[in-house]
Amino acid sequence: MTILLVNIAQILLMVLAAPMAAGIVKKMKARMQNRQGAGIFQPYRDLSKLFGKEMVLADHASWIFRAAPYIIFTSTVLAASVVPVIVVDSPFSWTADVIALAGFLAIGTFFTALAGMDIGTVFGGMGASREMTFAALAEPALLMSIFVLSVTAQSTNLSVMIHHILDAGILLKPSIAFALIAMLMVSIVENGRIPVDNPGTHLEVTMIHEAMLLEYSGRHLALIEWATQIKLVLFATLIFDLFFPWGISTAVATSALLIALGLWVFKLMLFFVLLVIMETALAKMRLFEVPQFLSTAFFLALLGMFMHYILEVGAQ
Amino acid sequence: MSTELLQQIITMGAALMLLISFALLSQKRMLSLLHWFALQGIVLAAVTALVGYTSDNTELYVSAAITLLLKGMLLPWVLWKIIRQMHVHREVEPLVNMPVTMLIAAALVVFSYQVTLPIEHLSHLITRNTIAVAMANVLLGMLMMITRKKAITQVVGFLAIENSLFFAGVGATYGMPLVAELGVAFDVLIASVVFGLFFYQIRDTFESLDLNKMEK
Amino acid sequence: MSWFAVLLGVPLVAAVWLAVDAHPYRSARINIVAAAISLLASLELALQVLDAGRITVWNNWFFMDAFNVFLVALTAFVATTTAIFSGPYMRHEMDNGKIDAKRLRLYHAMSQLFVFGMFLGQTSNNLAIIWLSLEIATLATVLLVSLYRTPGSIAAAWKYLIICGVGISLALFGTAMLYFASSDVLGHGDAALTWTLLYDAADKLDPTVMSLAFVFLMVGYGTKVGLAPMHTWLPSAHAEGPTPVSAVLSGLLLNLALYSLVRCKMLVDVSTGSHLAGNLMMGFGLLSLLVAGFSLHKQQDIKRMFSFSSIEHMALMTFTFGIGTPVANFAAMLHMTTHSLVKSAIFFTVGHAAQSMGTQVMASIRGLINHQPGIGWGLLIGTCAIAGFPPFGVFTSEFLIFSAALQSYPWTVSVLLLGLLIAVAGLFRFVPDMAYGKAPEHAKLVHANMLPVYIHFSLALLLGISIPGFLSGWYHQAAALIAGGGL
Repeated sequence: MTILLVNIAQILLMVLAAPMAAGIVKKMKARMQNRQGAGIFQPYRDLSKLFGKEMVLADHASWIFRAAPYIIFTSTVLAASVVPVIVVDSPFSWTADVIALAGFLAIGTFFTALAGMDIGTVFGGMGASREMTFAALAEPALLMSIFVLSVTAQSTNLSVMIHHILDAGILLKPSIAFALIAMLMVSIVENGRIPVDNPGTHLEVTMIHEAMLLEYSGRHLALIEWATQIKLVLFATLIFDLFFPWGISTAVATSALLIALGLWVFKLMLFFVLLVIMETALAKMRLFEVPQFLSTAFFLALLGMFMHYILEVGAQ
Repeated sequence: MSTELLQQIITMGAALMLLISFALLSQKRMLSLLHWFALQGIVLAAVTALVGYTSDNTELYVSAAITLLLKGMLLPWVLWKIIRQMHVHREVEPLVNMPVTMLIAAALVVFSYQVTLPIEHLSHLITRNTIAVAMANVLLGMLMMITRKKAITQVVGFLAIENSLFFAGVGATYGMPLVAELGVAFDVLIASVVFGLFFYQIRDTFESLDLNKMEK
Repeated sequence: MSWFAVLLGVPLVAAVWLAVDAHPYRSARINIVAAAISLLASLELALQVLDAGRITVWNNWFFMDAFNVFLVALTAFVATTTAIFSGPYMRHEMDNGKIDAKRLRLYHAMSQLFVFGMFLGQTSNNLAIIWLSLEIATLATVLLVSLYRTPGSIAAAWKYLIICGVGISLALFGTAMLYFASSDVLGHGDAALTWTLLYDAADKLDPTVMSLAFVFLMVGYGTKVGLAPMHTWLPSAHAEGPTPVSAVLSGLLLNLALYSLVRCKMLVDVSTGSHLAGNLMMGFGLLSLLVAGFSLHKQQDIKRMFSFSSIEHMALMTFTFGIGTPVANFAAMLHMTTHSLVKSAIFFTVGHAAQSMGTQVMASIRGLINHQPGIGWGLLIGTCAIAGFPPFGVFTSEFLIFSAALQSYPWTVSVLLLGLLIAVAGLFRFVPDMAYGKAPEHAKLVHANMLPVYIHFSLALLLGISIPGFLSGWYHQAAALIAGGGL
């Protein structure tokens, strides 16, 4: 029973803390650029304001446009529920499958793009077409890099994979290093961060993700923004789970849970610092370079897979 | 020294070599191509020296030193000088587009793995699995030579093949006998001189290093 | 083993000397003298081997048995006649302004370096050195092919360098794999690449690794032999280089590559105990035979045409060594000898023909017999000889090849026959037109040195009529050796 509660708690933690995480990233970035920046709780205020606002719907918006925000938010929360945050095992751990995870994320992406096209504005269509182009490349790369770990652990279940990595101890395997790099590259694209997309811009020529959301307002917009914030934390947590799971609690004990929580926050902060440094230091790449960036990620993951079979399996 | 450590080093080296082979294939600019090529030489020298250290084979230090000087520094530098002196267009011009090339490359890796599979099951040397990587590297180098237009890129491909062969020697057998290693190093040196001569001859005759102009 | 030191030392010293000495006439003479001394040394060594069986030299680094000493003698002989031929030929090229004194110096130095590489490869007992020597010979000839510095010759030399460079890399990979197998048995160090030791321990080598290694060696050395589909470098290199270079490429370098391949085959045969290596060689041989036969018809350049004929004959030898019975090996070695003699003589003749007509395009070469009978008849006789007409030696060796094939693989005979007939038809489609008829007006008389040509033809004739007893004994010994009979 407690484990069920802990599980629900960790899902809630991820969902509720996500806006704060986004606030922290923004704050760090502002500091990095010698600005004061808004407080870390600003995203909560933004969200609550948006929830309170009246929605403006375009005349020819279909049901897809109205349903999309709920679908996106739900699929993201479902994806978040798959990823262990502080405790590995749960009554639902059999659902914690990486393929399901990728599927949930794909549903979100798909509906964002559909909604973008639904209104028929130029920007929506443009953003949707870009998003789908990249998604078509990003999904295989994401799956490939996860599969590298899956074949090592011989399972696609996240809990089993985490257990495997925890048991194997510190691994200096080339395959995993390659998969990690590929995973980081995909995360950048999936979350629309610099150097691929800029979440803070509304410049027509370059925007991808924001272009699809231009027509949204009020509650709808709030849900989508929230989903985006969750997605960032989700990817960070996934990377921790797959590559640096140390510290995550395998049993339901208060102390272990607290340590796991503390470590998770610590890892998250570290991740954000790196993200912010990268976003500040790098210039956004040109749009047509993104497919190349993604195929590099895919090939890195593929190389990782080769490495696993050739060098690591062959050695046994 | 511990065989565990040796295995780690060679595995890491093999992974890097394969990564570099892919990187060499995917480069679009001459300068970055040469950077990767130099890196390959340095990785090779490092692996050679480490293998020499862990397996107590002093002959390998000589090989490592030669590799570092020749392939890690001298050749990339000379190639860069040539590019600058001859005003070669600084883009690598592939004949086949990148994604296709990369897919072929991936297929070649799988192929090498398949081919060397029986050996890996038979042998009891711990480094046997590097043979597959070495073979893949050789094939990737050949792919690079086939799919590039410029004489210089072909030469880089050729030297990359030599590097892979060298790695095969070090990784799979802890280094060939010194006479073989020296012979190969000597050969690379002489071949590079001949290549250099040819660059000038080709440039003087065809006013370009683009090989398409050579095929009338 | 002082004769051995002479054999290896003289070409090397001569190469260095000729690299420094720029005097054109003296260089030509030194070139001849150096080659002649090596010939003497090789004959002396051949006699020793004939008496003593296998001899090893210098701490087992070099060795000679019936197989390679025969090749050394052949190499030395062709190198000598080529040196004699090239004197007036190269002088003519210089007088016509095609090369200057500096290039001539390069030519002489590289010729001797090439000869050194050949001897080194043929006598070395270390597989890595065999590989290295083939590379030395290749690099030397690359510089020779581009001697004229014409766009065509540079393109040809580049193609030669790149294709053979890759080919030979694959051979090195094969060698590394072989070492991978042998270092398990013989331990790390030079012993594991020493051919004689490997041969004694061949049955202990891992058959899987050896088979895989042989595939690489086959493709690698096969590139150098000129086997299809890796043969594309060969015609251009032959056509664009100076004629003496075409002659030694066809007559000697290809032999060395085939020799290396056969040495490796001997190891693989014992190790695997199967006919895998032989089958590979036979397959490549048949394919190349057909490719060469058909390509021969499409040529316009006379040297290109004859270089396809070289591919055809190398393919035939590869096939025959692939059969692997003592009869087949005997036939292949005899064919190697007769082909080297006849083909180099043909190239000498073709060189003079091209000089007198001022072109290598076959359509513009007419009336050679009328114009300069020596050259015209030389071309005609040479073509008959290489086509395998009796009483020349090529007929004998091809006859033996057919009987060997009939004995072991009867079905291949039809393919062989088809390939040879196509090739012969190709030769006779072009050659009579060039030999007979009226010479064009611009044709000029050249100072032709036909003596080496006729020496080669008479030797080929001699081999056709009756093989001297000592020579056939020699071949028998070598044939049994290659077939795995030991000594």
